[in-house]
Amino acid sequence: MQIKESSEIFDVIIVGSGAGGGMATKQLADAGLNVAVVEAGPFFDPADPKTMTQLKQPYDSPRRGAGTDRAFGEWDMSWGDWEVEGEPYTHAEGTEFKWWRARMLGGRTNHWGRISLRFGPKDFKGKTRDGHGDDWPIGYEDVKPYYDKLDKLIGVFGTNEGRENDPDGFFLPPPKPRLHELFYINGAKKSNIPVIPGRLSMLTKRINEDRGVCFYCGQCGRSCQIYADFSAGSCLIFPAQKSGGQVKLFVNSMVREVLTNEEGKATGVSYINKEDRKEYKLRGKVVVLAASACSSARILLNSKSKQHPNGLGNSSNLVGRYLHDSTGSSASGVIPGLMNRKTSYNEDGVGGMHVYSPWWGDNSKLNFPRGYHIEVWGGMGQPNYGFGWDPNAMNQYFGLKSGGYGDSLRDDVKKYYGSVIGFGGRGEAIAYKDNYCEIDPTTVDQFGIPVLKFNYKHSEYEVNQAKHMQDTFEEIIHNMGGHYLGEKPGKDKDYGLNKPGEIIHEVGTTRMGDDPKTSVTNKFQQLHDADNVFIVDAGVFVSQADKNCTWTIMALSWRASDYIIEQLKAQNI
Amino acid sequence: MDRRKSLQTLILGGAAATSGLVFNSCKTENGESVDEVISTSSEKFFGRTPEELDRIEKLNAEQLFNEHEMETIAALSVVILPPKEPHGGPIEAEVPALVEFMGKDIPEMAPTLLGGLMWLDHKSNTEFGTEFKSATLEQKKQICDEICWHDSEKPLSEQPLEIQFFYTMRGLTVTGYYTSKVGIADLGYKGNSPNVWDGVPQDVLDQHGVAYDPEWIAKCVDQSQRNVMAEWDDEGNLLT
Repeated sequence: MQIKESSEIFDVIIVGSGAGGGMATKQLADAGLNVAVVEAGPFFDPADPKTMTQLKQPYDSPRRGAGTDRAFGEWDMSWGDWEVEGEPYTHAEGTEFKWWRARMLGGRTNHWGRISLRFGPKDFKGKTRDGHGDDWPIGYEDVKPYYDKLDKLIGVFGTNEGRENDPDGFFLPPPKPRLHELFYINGAKKSNIPVIPGRLSMLTKRINEDRGVCFYCGQCGRSCQIYADFSAGSCLIFPAQKSGGQVKLFVNSMVREVLTNEEGKATGVSYINKEDRKEYKLRGKVVVLAASACSSARILLNSKSKQHPNGLGNSSNLVGRYLHDSTGSSASGVIPGLMNRKTSYNEDGVGGMHVYSPWWGDNSKLNFPRGYHIEVWGGMGQPNYGFGWDPNAMNQYFGLKSGGYGDSLRDDVKKYYGSVIGFGGRGEAIAYKDNYCEIDPTTVDQFGIPVLKFNYKHSEYEVNQAKHMQDTFEEIIHNMGGHYLGEKPGKDKDYGLNKPGEIIHEVGTTRMGDDPKTSVTNKFQQLHDADNVFIVDAGVFVSQADKNCTWTIMALSWRASDYIIEQLKAQNI
Repeated sequence: MDRRKSLQTLILGGAAATSGLVFNSCKTENGESVDEVISTSSEKFFGRTPEELDRIEKLNAEQLFNEHEMETIAALSVVILPPKEPHGGPIEAEVPALVEFMGKDIPEMAPTLLGGLMWLDHKSNTEFGTEFKSATLEQKKQICDEICWHDSEKPLSEQPLEIQFFYTMRGLTVTGYYTSKVGIADLGYKGNSPNVWDGVPQDVLDQHGVAYDPEWIAKCVDQSQRNVMAEWDDEGNLLT
């Protein structure tokens, strides 16, 4: 089969259209460069009525929104989840990793929780702080100007609190707490756990003429038709096209590898067009990988050549290494003070927590390094499949029987509606060299591209952190006068610690550093081994922090884009 | 606000600027009308990809329960959740259709449902000499009373089939009802609609014995200013 090659030479080819790729597209196109964006999934616009799930009713669906076809339920706007048909991944024996992939323009930014936290000064200097992991080659001061610009470009609500490691920013005003959140604030205070307004990228106030202001349907996970929440397609790629940028989208295009020349420099990419299942080549002066941490590592490892026998950028043998996801453990409780609620008002709010607890602990007194934050959920949400499944399961906590039938079920549904509050701990795992992904030598996907094999195990630190989360949740539930729902997971269950990958914050596979022997990119996210290849997804993270990674992905992508523009101008690459 | 202009500015590009867009005006505190563009043309879609739609069509083309079984499901569902004025019951909520669909959508559920229906008729025939659906309400309740409690200390999979069956049918009935138009009305859920959210009403705060902290609320959004463009000073203080 002859590989079809286009004659056009792009200034930049960007692989992936999520947070990192979207930001690079916006910055590089705005700078006048001719950009190709190659996305493995189809075109997606949250405002397209045909694909929209926002404001749908459960009864619009024959399965009432059940998660049979989409892991997070029928309305969640992610095309692709832990499973993507025809694209397997494998595991080394005795290890586990769950890999979420979204195949659509905008990638995972169409369905995420939009919790947008800056890393703090301590988060960039982990090794100096406690001896674990490594320091980043950059510090907060390098990223701060980009966080500032990002806040203003994208919009994030929150409040300036003057906390040492949770930096302030340019915030839109947050929504008021909901009823269950007022209970949480009171419960957490009794244990001296701080609670502050959430920091999420939804527009509670206008920031420009192009995007709407939040109308509080609580459905950001469905991607917003008036673009009031942040999705990379609607808030970065469409504006880049609209402002006259030269952006060419290649959708349904699965990148196989980065192509290189005799000097070992990138000349473009090869991809499979999913529609005709043929291989094509695109030529470009610069290649920017933003396919997500593991996908970018996979592309590099599959890009073998005489100059890069180990895979592109892999002279250190570190591509795929230091993979780490946030830790997670969760709990829920039924709160008598929240029972028998009036349903006379709409309580949807924004799609996510209005309040949360940033990390408060003193690690010198704890048996794990780093920390976690607490995410809170609850309230009178939209009924969907599963609602009222076991409507009086809570009866057992009040000395009543569970089960039965008849009118009592109706009463029980109303008695307990909105009375359950839940907590998710999201914490920092230490990056280990021995947690990694590599190419499985015997397995390919439906496009013939070798797939990833994961090797990942939690350490005792993560398990200890999960125990701390569980004890904290239990204490707060008791402070609120409630009952812990179900059985509190013990040591045999690793205290409810989520499997690696399940929190969907995977980072670190192509980490940055000053030394080419111990890192894959330099501090500007440029491959040590090929100066015209950049990585702008979470692969470059040296550590995760107890903060969700998206805001940092975008700040760093913007910073790397500025560097690319500067280097192109200076004709260095 | 000029509505045509608002349409142009709120929606970028082509895909959305087709037919069927209506305006939903939300009044803010200062009386200004806030136009939000909400699509209603999508009623016949519910966000499925072509592959997902194919799967639904395939499932719809199959039949899991025969006519008698469907009638038995309907009869059982109204015992589980008796209809109540003005919002009706499981039949108005199309619970039998949901049970049929889910039995195919989650195939692991099918043997429990099919087996349970057989058990129900066997039990009714043995005790009352009639199929379950034709039994009197009192007779139906007698049967249900025997299987409607489960041991919450023991995994459901280790309990008798008829207990598992009733548990599943109760789950499908209640979830089906409260995810239907009539059930949502019965519950009183007011969300899933565009609005301006401005906190918990005072009577609700009072009922639950909590209050807003004035210091906290001072930092929160002033909904009358939501359409005023955000501006900050160099320190990140919001000026508008």
